[in-house]
Amino acid sequence: MYLAKVFITLKPGVLDPQGSAVEKALQALDFAGVQEVRIGKYMEVRLAASDRRQAEADVQEMCRRLLANPVIENYRFELVEVSA
Amino acid sequence: MKFGVVVFPGSNCDADVKHVIGEVMGQPVDFIWHQSTSLQGYDCIVLPGGFSYGDYLRTGAIARFSPVMQAVEGFAKRGGLVLGICNGFQILLEAGLLPGAMQPNHVLQFRCMETYLKVENNQTPFTNACAPGQVIKVPIAHGAGNYYADPATLAALEDGQQIVFRYCDRDGEVTPAANPNGSLGNIAGIINREGNVLGMMPHPERCAEEILGGIDGRLIFSSILKAWSGCGGCACGKSCGCREERSVKS
Repeated sequence: MYLAKVFITLKPGVLDPQGSAVEKALQALDFAGVQEVRIGKYMEVRLAASDRRQAEADVQEMCRRLLANPVIENYRFELVEVSA
Repeated sequence: MKFGVVVFPGSNCDADVKHVIGEVMGQPVDFIWHQSTSLQGYDCIVLPGGFSYGDYLRTGAIARFSPVMQAVEGFAKRGGLVLGICNGFQILLEAGLLPGAMQPNHVLQFRCMETYLKVENNQTPFTNACAPGQVIKVPIAHGAGNYYADPATLAALEDGQQIVFRYCDRDGEVTPAANPNGSLGNIAGIINREGNVLGMMPHPERCAEEILGGIDGRLIFSSILKAWSGCGGCACGKSCGCREERSVKS
């Protein structure tokens, strides 16, 4: 059994309305050093796969087809083996 | 002309669209459940507004994998007319039937209001009943209508006259103040390169009867009927996007 930790982030240059609202809120809280906030998504997917290579290929395909929108988002993931 | 209105779990404008097509325009129209795999016998498919699958993950992201969407893709490839309204537009983007993506409104608010739209291209099957540059009043109701496309895609849309509607003020001026959601270039609706798939955030079905405060939305539906029935009565001759013209092109 594997656990995929998937990180979806907005591509550089794509405006992030939520991120800029949070950025302004942090600055309003006197965190003067805050330069930028970008908001993404974090997902955990538990999956069964015959081996690590298969699990990687599966998660890659999940990200490509559904979890991320390639027009505006990038993705990366970490894969750890967990007990079933 | 036979219409189909797709119903996804979470669609909520399906009945309004069916009412306008059936009762206002007087055309045969059916609901099509999202599990359907065939669109045989239909001439135009409408993906209505709503919150399919609760807008989970991204708007339209899950609906796009409904069985019916595979049929819609085939239908579109064969030249069938597809109109996506609001959530329907978002689904068309996720499905790749139209280029670009939707983001949350720049104001981070759900916007439910009247908007003015400038008809930038009236030579499509969805706008041929409009005058060039006509300003129409159509309401919006969405939280994610902030259209984004990368610069190359945007340039291609501009070059191909695929930007059909832009948000404007009452006088037809396309200004930042008239932009309700932060959309690039005030884009409110686009069409595919082949000219048979249109996505628009505003709701024409909500302004097709006087009792609702306006009838500009009816122009979209009467354009579709005009395109279907051929160039007869069409002021633009052979550039109205009618089916004859499309068959000549293909």
